[in-house]
Amino acid sequence: MTTLISEAESGPVAGGLPPRFVDWFEARGWRPRVHQMEVLAHAVAGRSALLIAPTGGGKTLAGFLPSLVELAERRSGGLHTLYVSPLKALAVDIARNLEAPISEMGLDITVETRTGDTPASKRRRQREHPPDILITTPEQIALLIAQDGVERWFADLRFVVLDELHALVTSKRGVLLSLGLARLQRLAPKVCRIGLSATVADPDALRAWLVPQSLSEHGRMAELVTGTAGAEPHIEILKSQERLPWSGHSARYAIGEMYERIKQAKMALIFVNTRSQAEVIFQELWSANEDALPIALHHGSLDVAQRRKVEAAMAAGNLRAVVCTSTLDLGIDWGDVDLVLNVGAPKGSSRILQRIGRANHRLDEPSQAVLVPANRFEVLECEAARAAASAGEQDTEAPVEIKLDVLAQHVLGTACAGPFDAEALYDEVVSAWPYRMLDWETFERTVDFVATGGYALKTYERYAKLKRRQDGRFRLAHPRLAQQYRLNIGTIVEAEMLKVRLVSPKRRSSRGILGTGGRVLGEIEEYFIEQLSPGDTFLFAGQILRFEGLSELDALVSRTHTTEPMIPSYQGGKFPLSTYLAHRVRTMLANPKDWNSLPDQVRDWLSVQRWKSVLPRADQMLVETFPRGNKHYMVCYPFDGRLAHQTLGMLLTRRLERFGAQPMGFVANDYALSVWALRDLSLWIEGGKLDLGELFSEDMLGDDLDAWLAESNLMKRTFRTCAIIAGLIERRWPGQDKTGRQMTVSSDLIYDVLRSHEPEHVLLRAAWDDAAAGLIDVARLGQLLRRINGRIVHRALDAVSPLGVPVMLEIGREPVYGGADEALLAEAADDLIDDAMRLV
Amino acid sequence: MKPFSPKPQTTSSTTPCGSSDRPVIRLCGVELHPDLSGALFVPDYNALLVADLHFEKGSSHAHRGVHLPPYDTRSTVAVLELLIDQYRPDRLVSLGDSFHDQTAGDRIDASDLTRIRALSERTDTVWLTGNHDPVLPAEIGGAVAQEIALGPLTLTHIPAAGAQGQIAGHLHPVATIVRRGRKVRRKCFAGNSGRLIMPALGAYTGGLSVWAEPFAELFADGKFTAWMLGRDRIHKVASENLRRR
Repeated sequence: MTTLISEAESGPVAGGLPPRFVDWFEARGWRPRVHQMEVLAHAVAGRSALLIAPTGGGKTLAGFLPSLVELAERRSGGLHTLYVSPLKALAVDIARNLEAPISEMGLDITVETRTGDTPASKRRRQREHPPDILITTPEQIALLIAQDGVERWFADLRFVVLDELHALVTSKRGVLLSLGLARLQRLAPKVCRIGLSATVADPDALRAWLVPQSLSEHGRMAELVTGTAGAEPHIEILKSQERLPWSGHSARYAIGEMYERIKQAKMALIFVNTRSQAEVIFQELWSANEDALPIALHHGSLDVAQRRKVEAAMAAGNLRAVVCTSTLDLGIDWGDVDLVLNVGAPKGSSRILQRIGRANHRLDEPSQAVLVPANRFEVLECEAARAAASAGEQDTEAPVEIKLDVLAQHVLGTACAGPFDAEALYDEVVSAWPYRMLDWETFERTVDFVATGGYALKTYERYAKLKRRQDGRFRLAHPRLAQQYRLNIGTIVEAEMLKVRLVSPKRRSSRGILGTGGRVLGEIEEYFIEQLSPGDTFLFAGQILRFEGLSELDALVSRTHTTEPMIPSYQGGKFPLSTYLAHRVRTMLANPKDWNSLPDQVRDWLSVQRWKSVLPRADQMLVETFPRGNKHYMVCYPFDGRLAHQTLGMLLTRRLERFGAQPMGFVANDYALSVWALRDLSLWIEGGKLDLGELFSEDMLGDDLDAWLAESNLMKRTFRTCAIIAGLIERRWPGQDKTGRQMTVSSDLIYDVLRSHEPEHVLLRAAWDDAAAGLIDVARLGQLLRRINGRIVHRALDAVSPLGVPVMLEIGREPVYGGADEALLAEAADDLIDDAMRLV
Repeated sequence: MKPFSPKPQTTSSTTPCGSSDRPVIRLCGVELHPDLSGALFVPDYNALLVADLHFEKGSSHAHRGVHLPPYDTRSTVAVLELLIDQYRPDRLVSLGDSFHDQTAGDRIDASDLTRIRALSERTDTVWLTGNHDPVLPAEIGGAVAQEIALGPLTLTHIPAAGAQGQIAGHLHPVATIVRRGRKVRRKCFAGNSGRLIMPALGAYTGGLSVWAEPFAELFADGKFTAWMLGRDRIHKVASENLRRR
């Protein structure tokens, strides 16, 4: 990633490259690559370009080459190139790597970084004497353009290079960046954009994203340059001799086999989906680690110093394996990784390809990857992902569009730079790809929101943040607001976190108050800690910790000798199964001849399912009903991800309630949904009293959804994020007085009041848009309901089917305290499996 | 897309409720009926007590450019109107901090002010002064006092240690329970044999844990009862069963 150049590649002689550069390549025994030269040709001709190339393809140098070539000739001038990287750590890394070619060619080029960590003195100096190349982040661009007098600063800007563009465009950070780019385009009309991206499903969307859009001229796109594809990765699925679990996400069963693979590799990366999974796998690996191999843990909640240490050890080749979450999906200098183990559900073809791409920087050798399913359904998902990835198929998400909270932030930032004309700003905003469809009225309402809150009740006219001048332009009402804006910038709203601090349990004083000493192990979500009582044990930072209590901003913990943590902390996968993979899984289920590649246990499982119930066609959805205990269950299998299933569960229970079926509860996983009720659902369906087509009809997305959202905590959480980004609620900073929170108003209360008095408010719309695509996944649910319309297959059964077992095992998976409850649960779980697999 | 269809102006936690199984609180021999909204009805005197309304809290940071939805006052007033309709009390006592600050009267919308005045004209109303509102806007009608007696009971804003038969507000009590790994945090009435602290009723009011410092001197032995405001009923919980934090 950050290596500028890999090995030599036979390519054309570098026509158009200045002699100094040709010599430098030759001195190193390298040749410029075809795609590097193509990007250079486009860029010097002033054409924006998108480079799609695999990791290790010399992408970073391709991005810098045009700048280096132009700067080598330039006598003097201001800022020439902005390089935007999504990660702070990456920025520093890139700057360092750029030093080699610059000094070796004897170029007089200055390179500096500017991130949230850059001291104020350096920033001031950069304002007066900008470097030739500035490596920075999307948030810093927003800050830069919000200062007055920026026109001069950007007057000489030629290139903006956007690294990891495929990752940026799917987040609000990307949306913020798109507005920044639109501004830069106005400040420096000759600026040319170079996007660097991994392979994506729809390159044209990214090409369009990269250049200014125009209503009069449809289909504007950047030039496309494609790097040579690397050798096909070698992907296999771990064929375990152990019993494959029915449910769960720990993959404990396969630890021994994973350890053997690690032993055979030089350096292995073990990717998992969540922090708690990382903790479990790391712990289990160490208990199997008879050879005391250096195995490390890396995830986003660990203390930064700890993470840097692991990264350094990796780069130096001092580690044999690292267990990590997606924090390592981007960036960082890799050691000699020759094996990737992916534990759990892959979730998407592109996702797995990008992870595997980390394994090998030599393009001509295939990367080695092993997928380790944690349960039986995940075997199917792994198989689907393997097939898709081997065929090189991509299922990346589309770039995010119109985000009104981000727009509100940008409007205020614009006013910080000086008075603005609303119509001119609108034209600029709609030239950014994500906002190309934004209508004037919505834009105007957003400006109104920034000025006075945008309420029908005109309470805040005299306290307006934006005031209209004689000439009709908007100006900032007070310079203090610019200060506030700078503190609230950015689109990343973290869950409220607490520091986890180690204390000695002996230091409990007589008053029961703990000492505050001890080192910080990392940060953990406040909501998790709030569920704990003193004495509870949980896994964190690779050890089992005992919760002792809370101090002002810290969760105090001590070491313990327990071997089993009491509180499971698995929070479910963050990513839903991609639509593409879901389709592949459904197709595989429907075609027994595709089962050859599956392990025997899984084949048996599916065969018994076919015998006891049915396996639906790929375009159908199976609904099974059966009695169990004194309740009646309905299990359906849409394969559309936990979030969409949860929303479906909420809506189905509301409907069943109305039909009089007395639903009692539901549980969902990534593949299926189980609802239970007091009435005999089999009888109702077969007797025509309950029509499944009507139950699953799309109109549930109307009033039922509306009514549920009114109380939904998911909606409130989404609203909070939007309110912070839009600047309605101020951010809380670490170390800020906690008691100060009493003086502020909870975002939940604001949501309730706003919703009952002004349901059409611009912020509610922003929150709704986010929730529909995110936590409640209405978009996916809508597709699901349309897909199964008229294609529901129902089976009334005597007992749970084999396919239904995994989701039924999720029932009661709320945190359970103590060992005795665990044993009872395991007992109950075994009964369930016997029921399902009994052949008579 | 339309985000929401308009909804009647009620919020679940502040809707008065006429359910019959509500608990009764006794203080110095006087029977008190807590309401789901956080109000307290005293049948012997046909009086309705409310605490910490904090009118115009939403607009209180407007001068700094914080423009919270300015509808908290009318949400709170709507709850008061429903309470008056339901209980038809002879008198209404607001236990201080009715207005969030001294300039709230300048910011309040004229229509909201009219509704407040209509309330105090309909029912004999006493506004006790609080630390947030030592002076109240004259336009709201009713009487102003620092403290009043209701039979053997004293109504005041700030609870004092050692007092007997006192009903106060000021502290915004909130209690928490944890069951089966789930945490539930709610506004509550907190009291022992000598006193009762009322929850804050204002739409934007937050809360302070009943284990926080200011409660310690009021309940010196750490024993008290919390009447927690549930969605459909009020739950009486002894202090030893509450989550300490």
